[in-house]
Amino acid sequence: MGRVDHAEASSKFIEAKDHADFHDKRLWDLRKKRDVVSEAIPEWEQLRSLASAIKEHTLTHLGDYLEAFEKKATANGMVVHWARDAAEHNQIVLDILESHQATILVKSKSMLTDECEMRPFLENRGIEIVETDLGERIQQLDDEPPSHIVVPAVHKLRGDVAKVFARTIGTDPANSDIPYLAESQRRHTRPYYLKAQAAMTGANFAIAETGSFVVCTNEGNADLGVNLPPLHIASIGIEKLLPKIEHLGVFVRMLSRSALGSPITQITSHFRAPRPGAEMHVVLVDNGRSERLGMEDFWYSLKCIRCGACMNTCPVYRRSGGLSYGSTYSGPIGVIIDPTFNLRKYSSLPFASTLNGSCTSVCPVKINIHEQIYKWRQIIAERHQLPMVKKEAMRAAGKILSSPRLYRAAVEAAAAGIERLPRFMVYNPFNAWGRQREVPAAPASTFRQWYVKNRGGGR
Amino acid sequence: MKVALFVPCYVDAFFPEVGIATLELLERFGCTVDYPLDQTCCGQPMANSGCQSDAHDTEALFAKNFAGYDHIVTPSGSCAHHVRDQMTAIEQTPAVQAVRRNTRELVEFLHDVLEVREFPWAEFPHKVGLHIGCATLRGLREASTSEIVEPSFNKPARLLGAVKGLEFVRPERPDECCGFGGTFSVFEEPVSAKMGQDKVADHKQAGAEYIVSPDMSCVMHQKGCAQRAELPLKFIHIAQVLNGARG
Repeated sequence: MGRVDHAEASSKFIEAKDHADFHDKRLWDLRKKRDVVSEAIPEWEQLRSLASAIKEHTLTHLGDYLEAFEKKATANGMVVHWARDAAEHNQIVLDILESHQATILVKSKSMLTDECEMRPFLENRGIEIVETDLGERIQQLDDEPPSHIVVPAVHKLRGDVAKVFARTIGTDPANSDIPYLAESQRRHTRPYYLKAQAAMTGANFAIAETGSFVVCTNEGNADLGVNLPPLHIASIGIEKLLPKIEHLGVFVRMLSRSALGSPITQITSHFRAPRPGAEMHVVLVDNGRSERLGMEDFWYSLKCIRCGACMNTCPVYRRSGGLSYGSTYSGPIGVIIDPTFNLRKYSSLPFASTLNGSCTSVCPVKINIHEQIYKWRQIIAERHQLPMVKKEAMRAAGKILSSPRLYRAAVEAAAAGIERLPRFMVYNPFNAWGRQREVPAAPASTFRQWYVKNRGGGR
Repeated sequence: MKVALFVPCYVDAFFPEVGIATLELLERFGCTVDYPLDQTCCGQPMANSGCQSDAHDTEALFAKNFAGYDHIVTPSGSCAHHVRDQMTAIEQTPAVQAVRRNTRELVEFLHDVLEVREFPWAEFPHKVGLHIGCATLRGLREASTSEIVEPSFNKPARLLGAVKGLEFVRPERPDECCGFGGTFSVFEEPVSAKMGQDKVADHKQAGAEYIVSPDMSCVMHQKGCAQRAELPLKFIHIAQVLNGARG
């Protein structure tokens, strides 16, 4: 598997200036709305601490809460399945569908099923899947993964959507009116709700005490889906557990405020038991989570409630787009999760950060994201996954900067020397600094030279 | 009060006037300033790239140069942040821990240790956009940020508020990162440059004549972006303004 080259991918993203500027502005608007609604809650910072503490408690007693959930959910009439990894998850879902002779599945948004690459697996085995979240549907029709965990098609302008819909569902390519596009998609998708023999959701939270799970949405698509066919399958990552229903309020208050700057999602559905005559299956998925839980510096990432606030605030994400990360999870949270799946493939991602720390400050469950990014860089260097050019640059820098004599020779020559370089060398494509920025002018002397001359000595 | 001055490598090489202003400013407040002549760098460029073993000898040299001082002052927030919060490539002896604990960025030292509030010699009759680097802002916590719900405070702005004639303008995104990020600026050049262009454009539309900052590395990057875009923006370090530069 090739390495993701984030810098190269971001370069292409930025080249499309209108798209890049819109993307930045759209997500910054979400960040601003988040600021307004969080400031309206005086106890916001206490809520963050509480949410973090509840998640840390749950994760450190995860086995107990998972078993409690299974017991209660089973008693409620659900069927609970356990999946060690993506392959087991996909097989379990296929088996459930086949045992019900289900060939059409309506599905609401779930990052976990994307993580498991479930759609191609099922499609190759004769299952037709219709994504019902509008953004996810746009991405499905365009054969692209979501670029954001909350707003999957945020990198597209409406003209792009008009082109995708014209190509796939027969809309007028010249009409990019938003209500027209949304209505056309709705008309195209509605018959599938009636035809589908099964519906699928993810879950935002699963409650051990009640054996129930909670799905937070804004479009009504999940509820329409699961209330029509007689089979509901929910894929749930094992880190989604909360001990008690009373803990839910803390998270529901924060989730949509952090994500979109709205007080709550339009719909917060609690699923406790199947309807009479219907079945409800829950697949609890590990897929690397237990291993991550055992990582001393990185287990905190499991606190994540997938609100996307870190992505909206991230100046790098906003200017490079989610697809540039080459993974299901992009932005700051992706940067710290992706290397646990494949260190080599995602070894450039922890360097797609200025370590500015804004992500950590907006995170509603206080994940120390930028500190984990810093730690991942050490692991990537230790395991020899740095590009040779960076490795050699750092080795040379370490050698020069640890020797007063070599350092002085270097700065005194460089300070004077950069100006002497011909412009074609300073600004050629191999000199990254000079490509879009001027190089600082050389001063008459270094500070040290001034100091020795004017103050004559020092210690 | 005896103070050791750390002038970071890039300030030494490119912005000696910032080191001079820092030295003179400290002396104005009665500090006896030592400048250890064997100083180089704090180790941050290697450590931020994950290269702890390459950072080791540089951090050790820093700890050796500055051992025994009660106050180590530097006109660079990210260097102070590295020393205090991340200088872990070397063994954490009591002497190393003391050096780390005693290192402060200039504004912190003026505001928190010397507790100065007046700069009677300073006058800067210009419209100023303040840029606080992210390590200074969120690492050293020199100001409240737009992400955290907390009472507002801003140490650099409070000091600059005492400068005659200085008028602040407020950019649309005052605490958005400018995209320098150390080696990020060259290894992630496309995003870095885009962030820098956006940052200087934001200051420009707010009406700034000068960008004033406690972080010269951010300034080096922003200045390079503004020059290339031919924006008529000027850049100056906070030490120079507080030391009486008129601009």
